[in-house]
Amino acid sequence: MEEKLLVTAREIHGLYPHVHIWGFPIATYLFLGGLAAGILLFATIYYIKGKEDEMPFTVKIAPLFTFIFIMIGLLLLVYDLHHKLYVWQLFTTFRIESPMSWGAWTLVGVSIFSLLWPLSYIDDIEEYLHERGWKRLDWITKFIRTLEHKCKIFRFIVLFFRKHRKKFAYILLFLSIILGIYTGILLSAFNAHPLWNNSILGPLFLTSGVSTGSAFVMWLSNNKKERTRMSVIDMALIATELFFIIHMIMGMQAGPEAFQQAAHLFLGGEFTVIFWVFFVGFGLVLPFILEAMELKGFHIPPALPAILVLIGGFLFRMIMVYAGQMSEYPL
Amino acid sequence: MAIEVNKCVGCADCVVACQTENNVPHGYSRDWIVEIARGEYPDLYMHFESQRCNHCDDTPCVRTCPTGASHIIEGGIVKVTHDECIGCGACIEACPYDARYFHPEGYVDKCTFCDHRVADGLDPACVSVCPTTCMHFGDLDDPDSEISKLIRTRENYTLIPEAGTNPQIFYLK
Repeated sequence: MEEKLLVTAREIHGLYPHVHIWGFPIATYLFLGGLAAGILLFATIYYIKGKEDEMPFTVKIAPLFTFIFIMIGLLLLVYDLHHKLYVWQLFTTFRIESPMSWGAWTLVGVSIFSLLWPLSYIDDIEEYLHERGWKRLDWITKFIRTLEHKCKIFRFIVLFFRKHRKKFAYILLFLSIILGIYTGILLSAFNAHPLWNNSILGPLFLTSGVSTGSAFVMWLSNNKKERTRMSVIDMALIATELFFIIHMIMGMQAGPEAFQQAAHLFLGGEFTVIFWVFFVGFGLVLPFILEAMELKGFHIPPALPAILVLIGGFLFRMIMVYAGQMSEYPL
Repeated sequence: MAIEVNKCVGCADCVVACQTENNVPHGYSRDWIVEIARGEYPDLYMHFESQRCNHCDDTPCVRTCPTGASHIIEGGIVKVTHDECIGCGACIEACPYDARYFHPEGYVDKCTFCDHRVADGLDPACVSVCPTTCMHFGDLDDPDSEISKLIRTRENYTLIPEAGTNPQIFYLK
């Protein structure tokens, strides 16, 4: 028997009974970052392969949303800082050892390119908005056109980007992979939390992010071929994700005591139901089955598996952020 | 730092001294006391541990800090530059000892081993007030220092060595 008792008062907010300083904003940011990375990955790959007309939504329209997602994510990140006015300190240095540091720099690059990318496709975006009947959003394209007319530098930048789009596509492809994988590595760098501290978390977050990206395209594209292609890719990604998850839990089960306790959070512990039923069941297996049925010819609204995957991706990040902080070495 | 657990009576003088010396805000503390009971009745064993930042050799907090606010000064003390800290919480997540917390002003705060006192040749506040003199502070790099001899000759343990941080506070049995 061993019993430990804190003798002096230390009820500091966010420290006891276990560390809890990251919550909803960070989990949402990790989800939005992964989703944006997934969308940009597809956009750049299909553009480089010269399939922008076969995959119009993926290449031309979807990146517009990534800029919005990244901006929301950034706002949440800054909101979560406790010393907000010093946020610029992030950009006075580059620390290769800290995933958060290179994540911050990657975000700067991704934000710029994810804005320029849709700006260079403004005609197609206008057409898409009209097809969808989203006339209320007309002000966006109108605003950009006015800016193009009035501001010479703006017009020059957009034209320059359009001209060299292929070169930028390679850069953006690289950045989006970094962004997708960094959200996982960010957590796995913390050896104080055994649940996070495993090397499969980076690839797992990347796969999950790319899967949500393909789901997003499936949901909003109005091109049937594009939707079918994405649904096949998504099924492969879901299968990979399931493999990684089993691999992760097996690895923890075979590890030292603290890692076994971390795995126990999902194997009988308090996150068992939400993890296996809601995330794995409704967020991975069910959409996989629905997508397979659709390919076999059953009529299933494409939005259904897509939304399930997106909710699943968000749940997964929430679970990992909350459960990870509960998994600690006994002090 | 070395702490003799059998001499510690858990009076919390070290905690109060630290709060006073370092102007630690009300309700916060940079060090704390844990009572540990082991064994089966009637063979029970109990001791106290005065815990704080372990000023580790392999510091996960310094490694994960995105701005370099968390750093190690000459001599091995781990410190936070308040003006460089953005309050992201990465170091708090990284510390297996829960030694760091958000100061009400937003930056991250922690034990500094009273480096302002150490620079003047004094012991940290917690060490200097201990009524049972259970705490010892000194230079571990100097093999002839009192603390090096203590750690060499007495059986000791560190906290959570399995986290791989190489903590620099040694509890003498």
